[in-house]
Amino acid sequence: MAVYKFKTPMSEEEIRKLKVNDVLYVSGTMFTARDQAHKRALEYFKRGKTLPLNLEGLTVFHCGPIVKKKDDRWIIVAAGPTTSTRMEIFEDEFIKNFKVRVIIGKGGMGKRTTEAMAKYGAVYGAFTGGAAILAARAIKSVKSVEWLDLGMPEAMWILEVEEFGPLTVAIDSHGNNLFMEVQKNVEENKEIIYHKLGLSP
Amino acid sequence: MDPNLGFPTTIRTKHKVRVISASIDHKLIKKRGTLVGTSNIVENVAFNLIKQAVIYLPEDVKQALRKACAEETSEAGKTQLKAILDNIDLAEKYQAPICQDTGTIIFYIKAGAKAKDLDKIEEALMKATKRATVEVPIRPNAVNPFTQKNSGDNTGRLIPWINWEIVPGEDIEMTVLPKGGGAENVCVMGMLVPGEGITGVKKFVVDAVMKAGAKPCPPNILGVGIGGGSDIAMKIAKKALLRPLNVPNPDPEMAKLEKEILEAVNMTGIGPMGLGGKTTVLSVNIDYAYRHPASYPAAVAFNCWASRRATARINADETVEYLIHKVE
Ligand code: SF4
Repeated sequence: MAVYKFKTPMSEEEIRKLKVNDVLYVSGTMFTARDQAHKRALEYFKRGKTLPLNLEGLTVFHCGPIVKKKDDRWIIVAAGPTTSTRMEIFEDEFIKNFKVRVIIGKGGMGKRTTEAMAKYGAVYGAFTGGAAILAARAIKSVKSVEWLDLGMPEAMWILEVEEFGPLTVAIDSHGNNLFMEVQKNVEENKEIIYHKLGLSP
Repeated sequence: MDPNLGFPTTIRTKHKVRVISASIDHKLIKKRGTLVGTSNIVENVAFNLIKQAVIYLPEDVKQALRKACAEETSEAGKTQLKAILDNIDLAEKYQAPICQDTGTIIFYIKAGAKAKDLDKIEEALMKATKRATVEVPIRPNAVNPFTQKNSGDNTGRLIPWINWEIVPGEDIEMTVLPKGGGAENVCVMGMLVPGEGITGVKKFVVDAVMKAGAKPCPPNILGVGIGGGSDIAMKIAKKALLRPLNVPNPDPEMAKLEKEILEAVNMTGIGPMGLGGKTTVLSVNIDYAYRHPASYPAAVAFNCWASRRATARINADETVEYLIHKVE
């Protein structure tokens, strides 16, 4: 296990250094995107419309933050990760089209995302579920907000972060997926556990 | 879980979300006499309990997490446990809720049969919950299941939920359990086969943990309720979550069963946040009721690592003792 500290924009070469189980901290520009923002960004791409921000080399955070406005400035109150599986249907296209390099969330992602990450060079960083203050502390400022019409949680919040983490690299760009590995282990352990408890499968 | 589910923009912007400003006003609640009536005391104590619960984890939970972190051998699991411990420290330092999901507010009230103003308690708990929403602040988590509208203040029909117990005496003991959505979403209840007996329960619990995987933000605490009826099993399972992790089950047979199930579920390899490791569950807390000869109900209530609870006793002379958190 190695510890890496990266700054955006990140290159494919940098990302390829990361292996599952490594710990990563990211600094620089990060943006939040949930289902709706993913959907809209992909629609923009399809229609050849430019996005409000060049996403290449940046970090995506699956998060619907609690934000408040104070003297015309946005302040992040809480920003914990949301369950990433809901974005599985968009993420491969998203990685391919926008060349984002780090995707942060909780609960992991599936086969399609894993394959896209291997092909185009991106990783999935698991952030501790519920650790909202840890996240909020690393967010230095809200640079801007786009697509606020989608609602506060679904909008694209563009954030300046400093050493955001720790992120466990759970999907690397070499086809490894820690969540899928754990899932496989659990299946294998099931028999041992049943046997130990004297249960029939 | 989805931490922002059912939390419309209007409510968030409408609310002045203050960063923890309300200090625990124990002086007020210690005041006696006519100025401060019992229901006022109940409201203040309930407010303090909600605030304590969402910011400070009970010492027994912290201890269990520290021990797990020291013993965890999986690298990814250890990273997650360290982050959890850091987050707990930061919450205390900045007096902010440990998790953005401050849950559904559930109260357990042990009311002395001779206590005063029992009829005013419900209203006082409602008020305390509304106040906590603005002043702590906690996230508005009460949504109408038909219109999907968020009430914005954590109250609504039957919410906060109050479990009543009438006990002898004049004291009122109140406990708050803010129950997070992610762990709630994997709770299960089943009508097992009576012939399988306790073996069926073991399988039911192990299967529930394997199915839940990373979803309930492990490491978890499991409340297991056996017998009674479908509703009773889940009720006692959830209540069992209130037992401190360092207090063994008084029944040695059940203590043995708890240990056996704990060892089994920790062999799954799910680990902290589902990233692999030997800490999937911190504790298994079992309770039971007698069952109907033809039924064998069993329930598993999950709580996440952010296992929050706070208790206080209001004595007959209107003095207040906080039983889990220290108030200086
Ligand atoms: S720690 Fe608990 S309350 Fe917080 S997001 Fe996870 S399951 Fe929900």
